[in-house]
Amino acid sequence: MRAFVTAVFAFLYLPIALVVLFSFNAGRHASEFTGFSVQWYGTALSNPFLVEALKNSLFIATTSALLAAVCGTAAALGLARVGLRTRAVFDALMGAAIVVPGVVIGISTLVALVQLFGVLNPFLASVWPDGQPPRLSLGYGSIIAAHGLFSMALVTMIVGTRLASLDRNLVEASSDLYATPLTTFRSIVLPQIMPAVVAGFLLAFTFSFDDFIVAFFVAGAQTTLPIYVFASIRRGVTPEINAIATIVLVASVLLVVLAQWQLRQRKPAN
Amino acid sequence: MHGNRFRHNILTALLLAPATVWLVVFLVLPFVAIAVFSVGERAPEGGYQAAFTLAQYANLPARATAFWNTMMLAPAGALACLLVAYPVAYYLALKAPQRWRLILLALVVIPFWTSLLMRTYAWMYILGGRGIPALLAFVGIEDVRLINTPGAVLLGIVYGYLPLMILPIYVSLERLDRRLLEASADLGATPLSTFLGVTLKLSLPGVMTGFSLVMILLLGEYLIPTLLGGGKVFFIGNALVDLFLQSRNWPFGSAIAITLVAVSVVALIAANRISTRVSGARRVDLI
Repeated sequence: MRAFVTAVFAFLYLPIALVVLFSFNAGRHASEFTGFSVQWYGTALSNPFLVEALKNSLFIATTSALLAAVCGTAAALGLARVGLRTRAVFDALMGAAIVVPGVVIGISTLVALVQLFGVLNPFLASVWPDGQPPRLSLGYGSIIAAHGLFSMALVTMIVGTRLASLDRNLVEASSDLYATPLTTFRSIVLPQIMPAVVAGFLLAFTFSFDDFIVAFFVAGAQTTLPIYVFASIRRGVTPEINAIATIVLVASVLLVVLAQWQLRQRKPAN
Repeated sequence: MHGNRFRHNILTALLLAPATVWLVVFLVLPFVAIAVFSVGERAPEGGYQAAFTLAQYANLPARATAFWNTMMLAPAGALACLLVAYPVAYYLALKAPQRWRLILLALVVIPFWTSLLMRTYAWMYILGGRGIPALLAFVGIEDVRLINTPGAVLLGIVYGYLPLMILPIYVSLERLDRRLLEASADLGATPLSTFLGVTLKLSLPGVMTGFSLVMILLLGEYLIPTLLGGGKVFFIGNALVDLFLQSRNWPFGSAIAITLVAVSVVALIAANRISTRVSGARRVDLI
């Protein structure tokens, strides 16, 4: 059994290791390693389209994860205060946001937004005082919103789990000692749920940064890093892509390790 | 007291407001939109034209290949994942040395949260013409074609979704009361019958959770069949991309999407029922 498990771990990591290894290959081809070189990193980082896509992805991931962390935490706190029936409705919707395949989320958001813009744009044009009215279209906003949906549901789940295990006695003791609800929240609840909020933010960031399929539908004229990489892969495999892949993999691994570490932190002793 | 209650409710509503707006505008409305589109007609220049017809649903057999491939490879992929994942989860939960357990578990989780695109790309690299086939040609085995085959897609599926299958099985095995295993052995059961009668049975909720999650995500998979199946192995996801972004037949695409969601819901409910009936326990939550 140990041999089998070792083989599975090798199966999980060898392909990734190979991509990383060949990003340092001096030659072009996967069949031969001709020497160590970082030239492909140079090529990748001096490609203006790629750098633009990377910047877009960073901006979108940061914004959607921040929004998700704030709204998701608020929702988790709110759900702890409502009746079972309301809770069940929210749980079902959040569950759907996580489980419905990305391809369906992508197309349905595309369809809904295109219809919505079709109504809103003429309306804006008719009420705009003078000059050019703003034209709503697919782009940063729609990607952030669509990513935020999944991320918010994720944050709500993670923070909700943490809230459920929160020590009720501390909260009651705090209010018995005449702390205002706000003080109780700031000094008792917030410190205890903070690791979950941070972990949720990091996982949301990773999800948005890695997502291809949802962005593919709602990106409009914008390009994110996965969209750029997908398009280049279809044109052919090059070591330049290995270099980008390595950068992305290292970044994701760091973020996930950080998130796991946050989740495993013991509750601060008060 | 009355004022307090009022303030309590206002605060609750404020806390839930952003999430509610988000869920309504970006989940419920879009779903209603594709439901409406799916009974509409394709406008002559592409896009949507209002109508009430079931023609789009009647037309589903036109994409029968995509449905067939997905309905064959999604369960097959989930099953292959399960067969590889179970021994790993079993080892992690019951056999691994305590100090290694968390590290090994982290090693399982990490790939799940790293880009599926990049991980699938790794296999394109390995299976592609300059990867394994070139190595085989070097030792004299010529003309081996690995990429753009159903086998490559299946391999990519197992690779991509293995972590998601291991986790819930691990969770259900880890919760298992070990005294039951000892009791079974003390009562003279062979290791095999202990495994079948106790371990496997009690870990079924985890197995069903993993299986249904992987299967549902596979039903909507696009990247793996596109990159590892080339133009040859088409999934429903490929059909949707084609209908929405290329041929712009939105009503037909919507009908396919609604069918996909319906199939997923049925699969989830069925998995839940089976799991409840067999083990009498509830599903395992993943996160």
